[in-house]
Amino acid sequence: MHGEGFFYQAFVYLAAAVLSVPVAKRLGLGSVLGYLIAGIVIGPFGLGLVGEEGQDVLHFAEFGVVMMLFLIGLELQPSLLWRMRTSILGLGGLQVGITALVIAAVGMGSGLDWRSSLAIGLILSLSSTAIVLQTLQERDLMKTAGGKSSFSVLLFQDIAVIPMLALLPLLAHGAVMSGDYGAGGHGTTWVEGLPGWGATLAVAAAMAVIVIGGKYLVRPAFRFIARAHVPEIFTAAALLLVIGIALLMSKVGLSPALGTFLAGVVLATSQYRHELEGDIAPFKALLLGLFFISVGASIDFGIITANPALIIGLVAALVAVKFVILFVLGRVFRMSLDQNLLFAFALAQSGEFAFVLFSFATQQGVLSLATTTPLVAVVALTMALTPLLMLANERLIQPRVGTRETAPNEPDHMDESDPVIIAGYGRFGTIIGRMLRANGIDVTVLDLDSDHVEMLRSLGQKVYYGDASRLDLLRAAGADTARVLVVAVDDPERILEISEIARANFPNLTVVTRAVNRTHAYELIEAEVEHVYRESLDSSIRVGVDVMRMLGVPAHEAVRRGRMFRRHDQEALHKLAGLRSDRRAYVLGVRQQTEELERILRDDRRKFHPEDDVAWDAETLRREVSGTKPDSDEDRSTGT
Amino acid sequence: MSTSRRILIEFAHPAIRRSRVNRRLVDAISDLAGVTVNDLYEAYPEFDIDVEREQSLLDSHDVVVFQHPFYWYSTPAILKEWQDLVLQHGWAYGRDGRALTGKFMMSAITAGGGEESYRRSGTNHFTIGELLAPIEQTAALCGMQYLPPFIVYGTHDLGVPQIEAVAREYRRAIEAIRDGEIVPESVAGASRPEADSGARSEG
Repeated sequence: MHGEGFFYQAFVYLAAAVLSVPVAKRLGLGSVLGYLIAGIVIGPFGLGLVGEEGQDVLHFAEFGVVMMLFLIGLELQPSLLWRMRTSILGLGGLQVGITALVIAAVGMGSGLDWRSSLAIGLILSLSSTAIVLQTLQERDLMKTAGGKSSFSVLLFQDIAVIPMLALLPLLAHGAVMSGDYGAGGHGTTWVEGLPGWGATLAVAAAMAVIVIGGKYLVRPAFRFIARAHVPEIFTAAALLLVIGIALLMSKVGLSPALGTFLAGVVLATSQYRHELEGDIAPFKALLLGLFFISVGASIDFGIITANPALIIGLVAALVAVKFVILFVLGRVFRMSLDQNLLFAFALAQSGEFAFVLFSFATQQGVLSLATTTPLVAVVALTMALTPLLMLANERLIQPRVGTRETAPNEPDHMDESDPVIIAGYGRFGTIIGRMLRANGIDVTVLDLDSDHVEMLRSLGQKVYYGDASRLDLLRAAGADTARVLVVAVDDPERILEISEIARANFPNLTVVTRAVNRTHAYELIEAEVEHVYRESLDSSIRVGVDVMRMLGVPAHEAVRRGRMFRRHDQEALHKLAGLRSDRRAYVLGVRQQTEELERILRDDRRKFHPEDDVAWDAETLRREVSGTKPDSDEDRSTGT
Repeated sequence: MSTSRRILIEFAHPAIRRSRVNRRLVDAISDLAGVTVNDLYEAYPEFDIDVEREQSLLDSHDVVVFQHPFYWYSTPAILKEWQDLVLQHGWAYGRDGRALTGKFMMSAITAGGGEESYRRSGTNHFTIGELLAPIEQTAALCGMQYLPPFIVYGTHDLGVPQIEAVAREYRRAIEAIRDGEIVPESVAGASRPEADSGARSEG
């Protein structure tokens, strides 16, 4: 049955991932290698649990790369991208150009036609965005100089795929095979058959749609969707956005990954950034995992065993050529030795684009199947080898090199790092945020009311749309480095939820909570939240104080009474919270609320005695003075 | 009335409802023309003293009287806060601090102990004039003329008729200062020998 087949496949893939990735991580090999090994194990040459359909899964899972670039775009402010232009164009351009020419020369040297050689050179010059970025992110190396350079080169390669797709048919010299092809395998494009300028125009138009749409259409659309308060619809909208852009890009013959990356950059400054990140990240992670498994499963061990010397030789040669070129370029671009090694090892493989481009080139009659079949195996092997090479670099080579950069060497542009996060920016949170900002304290704000967020942002406030009860969003808002989280949302259940999540996951974060009423305060105290603030306590006491003043009580005395009452009430709150846990079993309804009030009032009468306040009372002194001689000893010179 | 001086009473009593003498003293002068009573504990119950308002009050008066019970040989807490905040460097003292130059300062004090306790041989060992040295020097640093203090001794022992008498006396004293009948030059140095003006505090 079809459905059964799907579930069977899902079971196999998920089980392989769940079993192998934690083991690989435990062994320090990283998740990418874990996925790849899982793929090899379940593949046709391992246990044989997946067969030819693995290729379809591979194509499907490539979408994970698209999502990954969207997420990377979201973390890149346009200004930062602009600052990277030299390394993208210079480093990336030289890497692709030189590598392609050197490999082509090798190909010609081994007797291939120059056109085939050039095609192979171009295709193999590209590295694997998925494997490199995932490995760098996992090892926290994205913000190092080597990591940034790697990213620049990968970005250039993503762009370079477009002209390559245009160029490859021109290199045809064999029979053109009929059949389906296309960028990312999404069928025919709209620009087919258009003259060069027409295609260029279509591409420019598509880019404009993304930039202008992202700037002016997406925000109101998300605002409208967010207002519905149905979280899964927001997730659906986020997916729709990414898939829509990918489709549009494919239709004009562009790389979907490039399109979504662009969209990500456009949305990097929007208030929905954190929410989008949180929504897309799990899909991206699962799809990428699936992708790595498929790569592992697609390694054709049949070809390798048939001609091991040739394949191993080709793998070694390819890695060596790419490594040497990268290393020399790193030198030219003045990278330090340790960063240069990281950069060269990271990119010394061929990537997933090769799979697409090889099949495209075969269909176009540029390359023969006899040529591409072993090369596809070689590419897959270099991909599988990359995590191992990076591991070897990290464990064996870097320790000998000395200076080793793991931490970012410039201010962090990608994440929030304010000392205070305020969750909920309504009537309660706004005042806190205003006050802190007025005192020069930077605040990151999360709020769920999209209209409100829109309005605040238009006033230049740094406010993000997002649900603070989500761990990933708290993390994106900087909860790992912030000092204080103020939970100021108005829903008592969510306040409890957010403070519990924050306390469980961020031990260094002080959690300050709003309690909407006394019962809620009890619950928060029981949940061991340390700083509980009843939202109306202080203003109510203030009104009480002012009413006393209106009745003629001197101001300072009234204020003192207010303070005394506040202290008494706080003590009573904590005491009654302790008692309450004994009878937690029943639900607190209106009746219970009334009983509660009675208890409090009784407690007030028993415990709160302002008349006991003897501050500035000279009565005892007067009695002492008049009872004895007028000039008796006084330990205090009190006037009246 | 050409020499009429405007008088600012900076009044400080933290529990006015428990006061027997000070309350009467304030009542006795509050209706006088040219006299402004500024009840500090009433105006700033949370000690959030409005410096601008206080400085403009000082600007518009010629005499400032600290009226308060004598707590622990000094002023109640808010008057210390008032000095710390209002008498700013560059305004009240320092090279450019000329705002108070030529004005008068005086203390009006109620003390529980009798006059005989404020002697070398008494329980309090010092005279009130001596104990008021910080206020006197504050006036000096601000370029103000320091008037001898108005002191009510032995307040715990005063009965209602005596308190009324003291209140009338206080009213007359304030009127005399207002109307220029007390010439400060003539009383200068009456309470104690001229203070050593060489060392100036940091303020």
